[in-house]
Amino acid sequence: MQIPAPFEYARATSLDDAIALLTRYGDDALVVAGGHSLLPMMKLRLARPDWLIDINELHELDYVRRHGDELRIGALARHRTLLESAEIAALFPIMTEAERVVADPIVRNRGTIGGSLCQADPAEDLSTVCAVLGAQAVIRSATGERVIGMDEFHQGPYETAVEFNEILVEVRIPIRPRSSSSYEKVERRVGDWAVAAAGGSVTLAADGTIEDAAIGVTAVGLSGRVTDAEAVLIGHRPTDALITEAGRMTSAAVDPMTDQRGSVEYKRHLAGELTQRVLKRAIARARRQEA
Amino acid sequence: MHVTMSVNGEDVAKDIEPRTLLVHFIRDDLGLTGTHWGCDTSNCGTCVVSLDGTPVKSCTVLAAMADGHAVRTVEGLETAGTLDPIQQGFIEEHGLQCGFCTPGMLITGRELLDRNPHPTELEIREAISGQICRCTGYATIVRAIQWAADHPAGAAAVEQETVQS
Repeated sequence: MQIPAPFEYARATSLDDAIALLTRYGDDALVVAGGHSLLPMMKLRLARPDWLIDINELHELDYVRRHGDELRIGALARHRTLLESAEIAALFPIMTEAERVVADPIVRNRGTIGGSLCQADPAEDLSTVCAVLGAQAVIRSATGERVIGMDEFHQGPYETAVEFNEILVEVRIPIRPRSSSSYEKVERRVGDWAVAAAGGSVTLAADGTIEDAAIGVTAVGLSGRVTDAEAVLIGHRPTDALITEAGRMTSAAVDPMTDQRGSVEYKRHLAGELTQRVLKRAIARARRQEA
Repeated sequence: MHVTMSVNGEDVAKDIEPRTLLVHFIRDDLGLTGTHWGCDTSNCGTCVVSLDGTPVKSCTVLAAMADGHAVRTVEGLETAGTLDPIQQGFIEEHGLQCGFCTPGMLITGRELLDRNPHPTELEIREAISGQICRCTGYATIVRAIQWAADHPAGAAAVEQETVQS
């Protein structure tokens, strides 16, 4: 039987209350939302907080809403909410496609975007999605709010810029015209971690050339974006040869490990192939948007 | 800590350790052993119960998180001695062999039909994709959920058919 080590439980009644609890208990406290990353770690005693601050009652953090040229997602929005959001499907198909393969439907009922990002697992899909979309993280503390990009948010595997007395409250994604995106993951079975996955986003210029591009990969030893491969695309007309080259460069840039999910060679191949597929889909979608 | 919640429509109140998982609270503190406890790692899905109408893996939810909320377990499916159509479907279509995964499958199936009364086979397979069955190959589970979708009157429909034939 796997049971967490003893801890004290506190249910936050408001965002200010959650921050006050975190400030009071410091490094001895952890925030729990869906709990589907943290509770397994606590069962294995990889995490042993003295205090668990439950934010599940903070419904004011559970939303998806458009604000000008941004989509704002509350940190407590569940995976299921994101998967079923028509607005997200229209604006950011990369997120819908990723949510379809985040864990399984029952886990998606509980897990949250904030939890996924704060867990910062290298095999986690939404970290890649948010990096590709140029998302910003809104982090709140007792003294105010700061807004940082995903490159600053992610400090390494299982490490983020969120300090002990802070809480991630919102993710902001810029909405750009003539843009679209896609995500594809290879997994051994439903609910497993990715063997490899790739996400891509493109913005087309009025003349049909690629104005901007973003590529991200999951579970292959490279966090953040594949800037070299992105640079190959920008300013050019999207051709099969160009996309093949971007895939080849991504394949060369990644640094996967051989494990029970696959060999280095296989994962490199997947990184390149999946990058090509998502770029092709993103470009086709961006063109349809233009029409 | 003290928790109170509604379980299958009845209010329960218990003193528990904060680290008590919902599955153990249901089985050990309440004695409702219909909910099964399997992998411990939110993979197998036999511990699925409904929390405020949403299926969750109760091995990865703290009982403390359910404080003040409504839980429904497999014991809460029947009403006044009549099986829920989803339970009847598992009988009609032989949706179980060993029965270990069944409580979770029933809760997920019920919730699926509550929000989507006529799911396609693909939608059923997607809905149960986070739950493992090692007996049926899933084919009869899918048919059992389809049966329930086709027979919202459940057991009454079976009696009707028997009378007619």
